[in-house]
Amino acid sequence: MCLFAFFVSLVFGVLLRDDPRDQLRTGGLMFGGLVGGALLLGWLVYPLPL
Amino acid sequence: MTTKSTAAVRARTIAEPGTLVLLCVAAWAVPGAGHFWLGRRQKGLVFLLALPAMFGTGLFLNGQLSPFDLSDPFAALAAVAQAGMGLPWLLARMSGAGTGIVTSVTWEYGNCFTIVGGLLNFLVVLDAFDIALGRK
Repeated sequence: MCLFAFFVSLVFGVLLRDDPRDQLRTGGLMFGGLVGGALLLGWLVYPLPL
Repeated sequence: MTTKSTAAVRARTIAEPGTLVLLCVAAWAVPGAGHFWLGRRQKGLVFLLALPAMFGTGLFLNGQLSPFDLSDPFAALAAVAQAGMGLPWLLARMSGAGTGIVTSVTWEYGNCFTIVGGLLNFLVVLDAFDIALGRK
């Protein structure tokens, strides 16, 4: 999951921004959002009988 | 304010349709080649390293290269997405890689890596196209 989030955020960060500092910021935010969102969703559905 | 990148774009704008098609084919075949062509070396290098690595990781995780089978629409869509990777996809298909092991625990993860890698390369091709037209 972290590896997937790393690749996706790296490509999107570089694709969406031109300045290296902005790329790092956007990529970092996206990485945090992907990993944090997955963990949050995981805990939210934990009590559900799936 | 004129940035360094906008100046580079203006200098490298492509107007001829034939060259544009060639640029898109090159950008599809080799991830990042379109950006290299347009002078965006930093971006091109990142795409050249990251996208094939993502695709290779998918194959390493026992991902499957889906066939273009229209009787199974989801498999056909996955095949189109994976084909977006260009030459790495072509080489993998020709070498018989990506047969996939359905019983493997990482099979779904592998498919996810190969499919998303191909889709990301489609976005990279579109970005190169926009840069070539001077939109970015």
